[in-house]
Amino acid sequence: MADEHDYAPAHAPHIHVTPMWIYIAVFLALAVGTLLTWWVSTIDLGWMNTPIALLIATIKAVLVILFFMHVIHSTRLTWVVVIASFLWLGVLFVLTFADYLTRLWQIY
Amino acid sequence: MSDIAITDAAPEPHAHHPFLQHHFEDLGQQHEASTLGMWMFLSTEILFFGGVLCAYWVYRIMYPEAWALAAEQQNKLYGGLNTIVLIISSLTMALAVRNAQLGKRKATVGMLFATLLFGSTFLAIKSIEYWQHFHEGLFPGIHFTWNEVPALAPKVQLFMTFYWSMTGLHALHMVIGAGLLIWMMMRSWRGDFGPEYYGPVEIMGLYWHFVDIVWIFLFPFLYLIHGVHHG
Amino acid sequence: MSSVTLHDVRFVEPEGTRNYITHDYGALSWLLTKDHKRIAILYLFSITALFILGGFFAVAMRIELLTPEGDLLTSDTYNKFFTLHGIVMIFFFLIPSIPAVLGNFLLPLMIGAKDLAFPKINLLSWYLYMIAAVMGLYIIITGGVDTGWTFYTPFSTQYSNTHVFGVTFAAFIVGFSSILTGLNFLVTIHRMRAPGMTWFRLPLFVWAMYATSIVQLLATPVLAITLAMLMFERVVHVGIFDPAIGGDPLLFQHMFWFYSHPAVYIMILPAMGVASEVVAAFTRKKIFGYSFVAYSSLAIAFLGFLVWAHHMFVSGISVYSAMIFSFLSYFVAVPSAIKVFNWTATLYRGSVALLTPMLYILGFIGLFTIGGVTGLFLAAIGLDVHVTDTYFVVAHFHYVMVGGAVMAYMAGLHYWWPKITGRMYPEWWARLAALLIFAGFNLTFFPQFVLGYLGMPRRYHAYAPEFQVLNVMSTAGASVLAAGYVLPLIYLLWSLWYGRPAGPNPWGAVGLEWATSSPPPMENFHETPVVTWDAYDYPAMMKAMGETQNV
Repeated sequence: MADEHDYAPAHAPHIHVTPMWIYIAVFLALAVGTLLTWWVSTIDLGWMNTPIALLIATIKAVLVILFFMHVIHSTRLTWVVVIASFLWLGVLFVLTFADYLTRLWQIY
Repeated sequence: MSDIAITDAAPEPHAHHPFLQHHFEDLGQQHEASTLGMWMFLSTEILFFGGVLCAYWVYRIMYPEAWALAAEQQNKLYGGLNTIVLIISSLTMALAVRNAQLGKRKATVGMLFATLLFGSTFLAIKSIEYWQHFHEGLFPGIHFTWNEVPALAPKVQLFMTFYWSMTGLHALHMVIGAGLLIWMMMRSWRGDFGPEYYGPVEIMGLYWHFVDIVWIFLFPFLYLIHGVHHG
Repeated sequence: MSSVTLHDVRFVEPEGTRNYITHDYGALSWLLTKDHKRIAILYLFSITALFILGGFFAVAMRIELLTPEGDLLTSDTYNKFFTLHGIVMIFFFLIPSIPAVLGNFLLPLMIGAKDLAFPKINLLSWYLYMIAAVMGLYIIITGGVDTGWTFYTPFSTQYSNTHVFGVTFAAFIVGFSSILTGLNFLVTIHRMRAPGMTWFRLPLFVWAMYATSIVQLLATPVLAITLAMLMFERVVHVGIFDPAIGGDPLLFQHMFWFYSHPAVYIMILPAMGVASEVVAAFTRKKIFGYSFVAYSSLAIAFLGFLVWAHHMFVSGISVYSAMIFSFLSYFVAVPSAIKVFNWTATLYRGSVALLTPMLYILGFIGLFTIGGVTGLFLAAIGLDVHVTDTYFVVAHFHYVMVGGAVMAYMAGLHYWWPKITGRMYPEWWARLAALLIFAGFNLTFFPQFVLGYLGMPRRYHAYAPEFQVLNVMSTAGASVLAAGYVLPLIYLLWSLWYGRPAGPNPWGAVGLEWATSSPPPMENFHETPVVTWDAYDYPAMMKAMGETQNV
C-alpha cells in the first residue's frame, strides 16, 4: 500500500487546469446523451430498453466523474475511493437481489 | 543524540497563507486532505442514495407493469428540461473551478452565479411539477386520489413514495448546494481564491457534480420507463 | 528539524509546562475546542453517562427476570426497556466508545500529527452526538419506544404508538456523528502521517481504526436512508415497506442489517486494535504476524458487509440466499481467528505482566473467542432455526459486545489513562474491578446460553417456571458485574486528584504516543517527529535503555 505521499507532502496544490474545449465537449456529450435516452425510451426495444437507459446514464455519469470532477487527473487514492463506493453499492444490490430473485413463491 | 525538550514556547511567527490551517504542514497537504475528505463524503452519499435506489429496483423487478404505468403519469418535459438545466449548471460549475484556479476573481463569481441561477431554475421547475402532481392526486397517503387503473393503483402509490422521497432528497441537496454556492460567491468576491488556494471551490464543484449525477440516474428511472401497461 | 528517535525516550519536562488540559480554562474553551484530545474527553463524559443510562435499563430487566411472572414491569414497559437498552448501548455507547474516546485522543499522537485532518468536523461529530442524545433522553422521559432496537416493520411503521419517529431521527443524527468520525480518521491516516511513518510501521491500533472507519463511512449511510424511509412512512402513513401497497417488510430488514451487521465490526475492530497494543506492551514483544493482523482488520471490514442476512434466516428470505449468507458468514470468522492466534503466539514466551490492562485483554481474548464461536453456531441455518430469537442469541452478542468490546474498552482506558490524565490509577483496586467484571460477566451470560438452548425466548418479561434458576443466576451475575463497573467510576475519578503522577512512559511501551509528555501538550509534538523505527521495536528500545529481555 505504498503511497506516493509517504514522505513529502506537496508544498502547493498540484494544479491541472482542464482546457475549455474538454468541458464544452463533455457538456455536449451529456446533452446528446439526454436527448438520446429520451428518444430510445419512446421506442419499444423489449427487454433492451432498461439496459440501454442504464448504459447511457452510466456513460454520462462517468463523463461527469472523469472530467467535471477531475478524476482523470486525480490520485490513485481518489480512484480507489470512487470505485470502492460503487463496489460496496454493488454488494448491496447483488446480495439483496440474491434473495428476491430466488424467491420461488412470489410469481412476478 | 539529544534530549528532546518539550516546552510550550510560542511558535516563531512566520509568514503563511491566511487560509493555511495550523495542523497542516502546507497548502498542498491541506488541499489533498480536503479533496479526499469531500470524496469520502460523496462515497457516503453514493451509499445513501444507492440504498433507496436498491429498494426502487427491487420493486421495479417485482412490479414492472405498475412501474411503467406510474412513469407515464410523470411530466417528461419538465423532467427532461430539468436534466438539461442541471447539466448546464454542471458546466458552469466546472468553469467556475477553472476560473478560480486561474485566479480570475470576477469570472469565478460569474460562473458560480450562473450555477446558482440554473440550480434555482431546476428547483422552480421542480416546484411547479410537485404542485401539479399534488393536484393530480399523486402524493402518497391520505392525499392519494389517483385511480385510473384500480388494479395497479396501490403499486403506483408505491412508485410515488419513491418519486417523492427520492426527488425530495435530491431537491434538499440542491437547496443546500445553493446555500453553499452563495457562500462560495461571497468568498470569491472577497478575493480568497487563486492558483495556490482554490480548494473550497473545487470541493463545492465535487458536491454539485455529484448532485447532478444523482439526477442523471433519477431522470430515466422515474420518467422514462418503457413497458407494457394498461391505458 | 530535530527528530524524536527511539533512543531519545528520556526527555526533559520543564517545570510548569502547559498540557492540553491546562492550556486554557473555562467551559467555553472545552465546548468550543478544536483539539482532538479535548474532544475525546468530552466524548468520555458523554458515553459514560449514556452507559449508565443503558445499564439502568438492563438492571431493571434483570430484576424483572428474577421471577417467572411479569410482575415488576408491564409487558409494554418491558418492551420499551429492552428497546432503549439496545438503542442506548449500541448507538450511544458501543459504536462511539473506542473510536470517539481512544481513537480521537490517540490517532494523531500515534501517527505524529498535530490533530485530525478536520478538527472542526470532529467537534461537530460530538455536537451531533449530544443533540441526538438529548433528543433520545427527551423521548425516554416522554414515553420511550417499544419496537426493539431493530425497528422491524410493519410494527414500527404502522402499529407502534410510541415515539418511533423521534428515536429514529435521533439515531439518524448520531449516525452522522459516526460517519464524520470515520471520514476524519480515514483522511488523517492517509494524509497526515509523520515523515517516515509508513503503513507498515503504524501501530495496529491505527490499522484497526482505519478498518473501523471504512465500515463507519460506507455502512452508516444505508442505515440513514433506511431510517429516513421509516420516518417517511410514519409521517405519510404509507411507505415502501407497506404490504398494503405491495411493499415488503423484509426489504426493511435487508437495508437495516446491511448496516447493522457491519456495525458489530465497528464495535469489535477497535477492541481488537486495543488488544494488539496491550498484548505488545505487556509482553514487550512485537505482535506475532504483524502484517497478518493488519490485513485481517481490512478483511473483517470487507467481509463483514457480505453476511447481513444471517439475521434473517427465519424471516422469509429465500432458502438459496440463506445458504449463500450462511456460507459467507463462516468466512468472516477466519480473519478474527487469525488475530486470536497471533495474540496467543505473541503471549507465548513473552514477558507477560499481569497488570490491569492485560487482565482485561486476557479476558477479552477468551470471551471474544466464545462469543465468536457461538456466532458460528448461529451461522449454521439448521441450528439457527432452533435458537434464533432465544437467549442463545442474547448470550452470543453479549459475549462479543460486553465480554469483547467493553472489556477491551476498559483495557484501553486503563492502559492509556496515564497518558490522558498524567496519573496512574490504583492498580489493586483496578485488578479487583477487572476480576469482578470477568466473574460477574460470565455468571450473567453463560446461563443465558443454556436458557436459549432450552428454549427461553428473548424479549419476554415472563417465562416458564423451569427457567427460573438460570435466570436468578444471571441476575446475581449482573449485580456482581454492576459492582465491577462502579469501581472504576470511583477510582478513576479519585486518581485525577490523588493518583500517582505518571511520567511520559509508565509502561515502557513503544509508540509515538509514549514519546511525549503525560498529559500531552496541546500541539502533541513540539516538532514533527521523523520515524525511523519499526512498530513495536522492543529489542531496539530495550537495548537503548540497557535492559535485557527474558526469552
